[in-house]
Amino acid sequence: MRARWILIHLLLLPAVVVPLLVPLYDRVDPTLFGFPFYFWFQFALIPAAAVLTVTAYVLATRGDRRGDRR
Amino acid sequence: MSGVAVGVFVFLFLLVTVLGFAAARWRRAADLDNLDEWGLGGRGFGTFIAWFLIGGDIYTAYTFIAVPATLYAGSVTGFFAVPYTIVVYPLIFLFLPRLWSVSHRHGYVTPADFVEGRYDSRPLALAVAVTGILATMPYIALQLVGMQVVLEVMGISVDSDSWIVQDLPLFLAFAVLAAYTYSSGLRAPALIAFVKDTLIYVVIIVAVIYLPSQLGGWEHIFSVAGDSFDAANETNADAIAAGQAAPKGAIPGDAAHWAYASLALGSALALFMYPHSITGVLSTRERSVIRRNAALLPAYSFLLGLLALLGFVAIAAGIKVENPQQSVPQLFEQEFPAWFAGVAFAAIVIGALVPAAIMSIAAANLWTRNIYKAFINRDATPKQEATQSKLTSLLVKFGALVFVLALPTQFAINLQLLGGVWILQTLPAIVVGLYTRWLHRWALLAGWAVGMAYGTWLAYGVAVPGDPGSHFGGPLVTFPGTDTTVYIALIAILANAVVTVALTVAFRAAGVDAGTDRTHADDYTADVGDPGVEEELDVHRPAHG
Repeated sequence: MRARWILIHLLLLPAVVVPLLVPLYDRVDPTLFGFPFYFWFQFALIPAAAVLTVTAYVLATRGDRRGDRR
Repeated sequence: MSGVAVGVFVFLFLLVTVLGFAAARWRRAADLDNLDEWGLGGRGFGTFIAWFLIGGDIYTAYTFIAVPATLYAGSVTGFFAVPYTIVVYPLIFLFLPRLWSVSHRHGYVTPADFVEGRYDSRPLALAVAVTGILATMPYIALQLVGMQVVLEVMGISVDSDSWIVQDLPLFLAFAVLAAYTYSSGLRAPALIAFVKDTLIYVVIIVAVIYLPSQLGGWEHIFSVAGDSFDAANETNADAIAAGQAAPKGAIPGDAAHWAYASLALGSALALFMYPHSITGVLSTRERSVIRRNAALLPAYSFLLGLLALLGFVAIAAGIKVENPQQSVPQLFEQEFPAWFAGVAFAAIVIGALVPAAIMSIAAANLWTRNIYKAFINRDATPKQEATQSKLTSLLVKFGALVFVLALPTQFAINLQLLGGVWILQTLPAIVVGLYTRWLHRWALLAGWAVGMAYGTWLAYGVAVPGDPGSHFGGPLVTFPGTDTTVYIALIAILANAVVTVALTVAFRAAGVDAGTDRTHADDYTADVGDPGVEEELDVHRPAHG
């Protein structure tokens, strides 16, 4: 099914693009637990990207069962 | 250095050595005399083992030494390792299951095997194989550099004028590694990776909780680091204004945005072109193991980010070292009780053994499959292939050892930098080839040659700050026609892509023979259980049809 794989790509897209948008997080404030924004934001991206990838994995696995593989 | 630390270190090292030799019996196959067994661990690793193995591949001892070292030294782009290891997993999720499928159906052991089957071009496969070996060798050498730094800080080196005697401990460690890789193949690093990562996780978690509590908390650490960079910039203001030194800092700033993003993207794209990452991926049991790992491996990225910050912790702890790479080992030695410092040093050294083993196996497989079998002995039996690979893995490791001991360390670092640029030039043939065969084989070869030459030339032209006329001073150059600095590898791959596409159009129009594609569309989605993808490959069937 085409829609499934469009959705998977849309899920993975921010995990690739957001970490590369340096101007988005290249600043000190607001700090969190003493960490400048620059550092804690990038740390926060890691679980966020993992959640997106897990969701994509679940979708892909369901596709596998129906023979819809990429 | 205390006897306790050395004792703990030696004990853990011996433990790992026993594991390495015992690995030959682990998940035992009928015999190890073929590449599917020796070189890919029987192609049967599940999610759990693959997580440790691929993790051990990506997060190497050198990473653990070099990444905090760049932050310690105040490089504004030093933290790029974190976005790099975020960006890489979605890419692995999308691309590598296709490579897994086609490789299992056709018995491919190396990326160059795939290129040969897809494009029917031995020269192109040779180019991919040679690039892989060239890029991997300095990477192995850097693992040794990581070990050397730890051994130096521990004070385990013998006083002598001869470099062989001086580095006897390093020599011994590597001889042991070579011996069990020879006898156990990929099973050895897979088993040792458990110990390595357990130790590393413990050390890092203790370090990032215990050390800041000793040193006044993270806020204090960030402010001390920031102040020290400001002070250094003030002292060197004249040199910085004259462009002879780079200003220090913790955060990129406007001028370094593209540099930071392009380093992250370029490294992510290059990472899974490296033969050792592909070896890790091809050793898995089924397609879904790769995707599951793409979701699980980011746990290591978190660890890497924390570890990087130890560079700042070292500044706050008042560590003063000439060579920034010694900052973290020195920090451990100064702040930890002796026994735990021993654990930490063992973690880093064992962390070097795992990737060094996988890399030497991957390089050996490339030699055997794509040079020895393709050009020297076309009728090689599986047993002859395994023998070739085993011997080559020894050669590769001792080559790297002599390299590190006999030549300046900087040479290995320069070559590693070039390796990243080079390996990315195989991306069009491998990744684009997984989706379409539109690109022409000769155009790919020409594009590869242009990317290799242009990238090398650009890197040659980068002077070390403060040393005009020197070469290979860093990974960044200004993008042609602009004053924005970007990662050399991305500029080279752009040139590569332009040449490849333009020549493909030309060759297709001229009707140049494109060769026969030996793969089929459904090969790229085949999973275990499908026809031609057995659970464990038949060891007596020639793997490459």
